[in-house]
Amino acid sequence: MVDGLPASATAGVLAAATTAGGVASPLYGEPPIIEVRDLTISYDGQPALRDISLDIFRHEIFGIIGPANSGKTSFLRTLNRMDGFNPGMDVRGSIRLNGKDINDWRNVYALRSRIGVVFPLPVGLPLTVYDNVAFSPRLRGIRRKADLDEVVERCLTRAALWDEVKDRLDSLGSLLSGGQQQRLTIARALSQEPELLLLDEFSIAVDPVTTMRIEDVLRELRSELTIVLVTNLVQQARRLADRTAFFLMGEMVDIGATEDLFEGRVRDERTTGYIEGRFG
Amino acid sequence: MDPRDAMDRRDLAWYVDRVAQALVFVGGISAIIFILGIFVFVTKEGLDFVLGSLNLGEFFTSIAWRPTSNNPTYGALALMVGTASVTGFAMLFSVPLSLGAALYIGEFATGKTREALKILVEMLAAIPSVVWGFVGMSIMNPLIIETFDVPVGLGVLNAGLILGLMAAPIMTTIAEDALKAVPDTYREAAEALGATRWEVILKVVIPASKNGLLAAVLLGVGRGFGETMAVLMASGHAINLPTSPFDSVRALTATIAAELGDTVYGSSHYGALFTLGIFLFLVTFIVNLTADVVVRGIRKK
Repeated sequence: MVDGLPASATAGVLAAATTAGGVASPLYGEPPIIEVRDLTISYDGQPALRDISLDIFRHEIFGIIGPANSGKTSFLRTLNRMDGFNPGMDVRGSIRLNGKDINDWRNVYALRSRIGVVFPLPVGLPLTVYDNVAFSPRLRGIRRKADLDEVVERCLTRAALWDEVKDRLDSLGSLLSGGQQQRLTIARALSQEPELLLLDEFSIAVDPVTTMRIEDVLRELRSELTIVLVTNLVQQARRLADRTAFFLMGEMVDIGATEDLFEGRVRDERTTGYIEGRFG
Repeated sequence: MDPRDAMDRRDLAWYVDRVAQALVFVGGISAIIFILGIFVFVTKEGLDFVLGSLNLGEFFTSIAWRPTSNNPTYGALALMVGTASVTGFAMLFSVPLSLGAALYIGEFATGKTREALKILVEMLAAIPSVVWGFVGMSIMNPLIIETFDVPVGLGVLNAGLILGLMAAPIMTTIAEDALKAVPDTYREAAEALGATRWEVILKVVIPASKNGLLAAVLLGVGRGFGETMAVLMASGHAINLPTSPFDSVRALTATIAAELGDTVYGSSHYGALFTLGIFLFLVTFIVNLTADVVVRGIRKK
């Protein structure tokens, strides 16, 4: 039995109710999109994350909360094998995407192209707004201007940015405001047509109003893809996540349906302590 | 004490600040003064000749550089072509070589390999030019004669290769610095989008560092233009319009170096050599100015 499913799913109700707009709730009855087993990450021998095992299901928003240095970002980086950037980083255990171990993907670039990433601080590539969003489609070989135009408009609209930038697509992405840049990176991630979207504390440099707009976007996106949301805002996890894991000093202290964790149905008292702001 | 007095007090920090500002100002302004001074001196020495006996048409179109003849002629075309051909040939192979080396050191090599390569490249830059000239004469010369079955191995090919090797370290170092100045977050973001290492380099890193890379190439061109001793030794130093890479040529700089010691101060030969100097100075100035304009243009866009 998989850890931390909501009561509705464990009761055997296959939460696969579909609506016209797509899948309305997570597919707990189907095989998970991500299966993590005994994942241990260390940097130059110093462990950052120990023995994590968890599953992430299609069309769910999976929240990860925890104080700084608890291994949240390390966890995210291993999902699309960004660990290659850090020679001192050692990853043990297995991560399966759609049932296949990600280390068995010979073409790591093909793996990454199916996973969108949004970093804590928006990283606008030194390109125009248009080229930022068209970057990934061009890598996939889309060349026709009309096709690219269509992708760019669709992704910027999805990221709630189109109306603000449609007249300045040719200006540098770095000239946008912080909140706009973060939505630009979300649009860029969506242009990959990913099945999995990883967000790492996306609201750090974003004002509250924009944060709310992005959260609305994420809620809508859930019908199309699966989202892993690392956040340092406990209430953001509560607002968005279907299930939430609590990482603390490299350990997964708790995992469960978000409502359970926030209503005190926890395995470990430290979870409640963190959620209520008594430490961290 | 009235607290407002503190605003008028000249304490130690105030004096240190004043002195530091003055020193930095002197340092900055003196660079400009020296360059202007050199320009004024070179121009002054050559000006009489330029205004008096110089035939501009002959200077730019004739290859007859006969300063010591009874009826001296000062056609510098062969010298200009000599410098241009050697520099051009040097850039032809040292630009790709340097950019490749910079890309390897900056983007692919890691840890000890990277450090070792960086140190080696910097050591290469420290080899004196006369040693390079010696390499050209005693190693490249017989090698070229044997490989291509030509009578003389001192010429455009030899000097170009030597000059290319000389310019490569500085170009590599500057280009690598330019690549390093591109934030890693760009690379990570592009790779997260599924770009391969090569696609990241081609579509993100190189566009982001093109100003620095251009600066590296132009610095190499400047190095080639100004190099004297190695070119003097490896080029054959014969006045000639080259028709093949094996032909001997003579460079502007080498001419000045070889002949200035034998001239009489104030003579027309002396003035002619300084005219070559003015010409070199102007060309370098124009190259740098163009580079600056180009770089600014790129930046604005």
